[in-house]
Amino acid sequence: MSTATETIEGLVKQEYKYGFVTDVETESAPPGLNEDTIRLISAKKKEPEWLTEYRLKAYRHWLTLKEPTWQFVKYPPVDFQDITYYVAPKQKTDGPKSLDEVDPKLLETYEKLGIPLRERERLAGVAVDAVFDSVSVGTTYRDQLAAKGIIFCSFSEAVQEHPDLVKKYLGMVVPYTDNYYAALNAAVFSDGSFCYIPKGVRCPMELSTYFRINAAKSGQFERTLIVADEGSYVSYLEGCTAPMRDENQLHAAVVELIAMDNAEIKYSTVQNWYPGDEQGRGGIYNFVTKRGLCKGRKSKISWTQVETGSAITWKYPSCILQGDDSVGEFYSVAVVNNMQQADTGTKMVHIGKNTRSTIVSKGISAGKGQNSYRGLVKIQKSATNARNFSQCDSMLIGNRCGAHTFPYIEVKNTSSSVEHEATTSKIGEDQIFYCNQRGLSTQDAVNMIVNGFCKEVFKELPMEFAVEAQKLLGVSLEGSVG
Amino acid sequence: MSNSILEIKNLSAGVEGKQILKGVSLTINPGEVHAVMGPNGSGKSTLAAVLAGREGYDITGGEVIYNGKDLLDLDPEERAREGLFLAFQYPVEIPGVNSTYFLKAALNEVRKHKGLPELDAIEFLNLVKDKMKLLELKDDLLKRSVNEGFSGGEKKRAEIFQMAVLEPKLAILDETDSGLDIDALKIVSEGVNKLKRADNAQLVITHYQRLLNYIVPDFVHVLVDGRIVKTGDKKLALELESKGYDWILKGQAVPA
Repeated sequence: MSTATETIEGLVKQEYKYGFVTDVETESAPPGLNEDTIRLISAKKKEPEWLTEYRLKAYRHWLTLKEPTWQFVKYPPVDFQDITYYVAPKQKTDGPKSLDEVDPKLLETYEKLGIPLRERERLAGVAVDAVFDSVSVGTTYRDQLAAKGIIFCSFSEAVQEHPDLVKKYLGMVVPYTDNYYAALNAAVFSDGSFCYIPKGVRCPMELSTYFRINAAKSGQFERTLIVADEGSYVSYLEGCTAPMRDENQLHAAVVELIAMDNAEIKYSTVQNWYPGDEQGRGGIYNFVTKRGLCKGRKSKISWTQVETGSAITWKYPSCILQGDDSVGEFYSVAVVNNMQQADTGTKMVHIGKNTRSTIVSKGISAGKGQNSYRGLVKIQKSATNARNFSQCDSMLIGNRCGAHTFPYIEVKNTSSSVEHEATTSKIGEDQIFYCNQRGLSTQDAVNMIVNGFCKEVFKELPMEFAVEAQKLLGVSLEGSVG
Repeated sequence: MSNSILEIKNLSAGVEGKQILKGVSLTINPGEVHAVMGPNGSGKSTLAAVLAGREGYDITGGEVIYNGKDLLDLDPEERAREGLFLAFQYPVEIPGVNSTYFLKAALNEVRKHKGLPELDAIEFLNLVKDKMKLLELKDDLLKRSVNEGFSGGEKKRAEIFQMAVLEPKLAILDETDSGLDIDALKIVSEGVNKLKRADNAQLVITHYQRLLNYIVPDFVHVLVDGRIVKTGDKKLALELESKGYDWILKGQAVPA
């Protein structure tokens, strides 16, 4: 027993390897939040009047709200006046026209993270939008995409260049009245990605955004909006990291997806924000609202997430299945180690007829981590013949962690069917010994067992992301055998 | 320097203060097949577990020399890489982990340890195909997760299949016959027999004699209450079968 525990401890002590800070000159708004901050952000971005007003309305609404406390996570209250809401790398010119104009130090940062923009551009064929602190620093591959009529740019650029599209869809799925952090985001969002796939176009490459929080005491509030018009398809990847800092940093993003008739959006996240140290000092508060609207008939939205980072993760990528025959999917791996906490899951709201949803959630808890699955399956009266299948599996590593499941099911008609399966297992000494007896080290055994546990989710990830996710899982759980 | 593969000298071990092995001595030379028989609770599985390095056992005395090395000083994975293989009484399921992937990783650990290059997927599959025939296994087994949803017989066959791939120096078969019907028992035993070579050895642990009809041992040791009380050739197994363990137990009571 004791040896196993020691091995576990040893494994858990792997350090966060993205914890470096990049020394770039930045330009920032003074800390604190008031209408002036918002006007400043809006002015910096040369936004049209309607958007400034939208932000201010959101802010005023936010002031009337109370921070929610129903989630199964514990943290000291966030001091919203101590956060810097706008930090941008200082630029010599107004904005980079191409990658050559981007600060080389920033590009170096992305190199360290393993996403050399140029490399990706040339080899992988992944179009990357990289968001550093609050500002998008470079979108690769834009010309090739434009030839197909695909718009993929930073949110700020979209506001300048495609204001009609932004105005039409911004807040359609996540209105600023939706929740506390969505309201905050609507007031102060600084950048993010925007993507529009025109009718009948199948996006020829994976689109990707990489988020990086660099500056101290700053929050990141990005906003992503993806619209897939009739009969189109897009696969979108999102990755995130942050430096190691003692204080907690807030990440409150909003992601909205809209799929029209026969359109499909596949959204994959590998979230590796700094999780804090073993004592729970520092780390990112990842309070994110992600929601997709299957607006058209036979549309499909698929969320896949691998959550290994953040001190606290609190998010429920959801699908509103409005169009008849539309499909929603949620595949999730959430890992907590040390003092990490996660309360994550999904909402599947069935409105249209014959709508289908699938939920596969794999929670892994190690160290003193607390992992909760919280999910809602709601079938409206109108959603005749709707079907849902949910599977929630939890794996415990060691005996000081916790796994919790909070499923909510509401069915308002008699023709629908809902299935829910849940299991909890402990990574077995038997399994580890079996692997050891075949020559595998304990570390390799844990990785193998955990990856096996997560297989159903990993197979939903695009190939190169799947490889990254497996490695990440290995790193997150180093030393955590029970 | 002795040339034996395994030399157990006066080994004592227990769990949570309870003494189970009380001074076991046993020497296994290359090319030999040894059987350890004994009634339930005599310490047979403990012996297998201690040799393989399972956690939770306290070694209270004695030593074990394996290939000239202090076996008890090695981690379980090091023992495995050194060619010690345990066919489990209850093979463990590892959901979601592909059998081929698992076995390739295992074989490559052994190869790395020997200073041999690792096999890639194609080389490995070629190797595996031959070994599959030995155990009359269906191809689909390789595509399934390790032991997951296998029948009792499939699990045991898969263990011997792994043994065939890993080519251990010393194979310990822990109650490999339990849960096997007669047909499966034949297949498994024939597989084991084909793996016997002049430079390796097998230690067969069993409660019943019937396995030894197929895997013919050079030596039979009877383990009772943590001690080897009698050693003989294969006839001893037959004698045990007809007379039962009581026969030995009665004999034991006298010299105590």
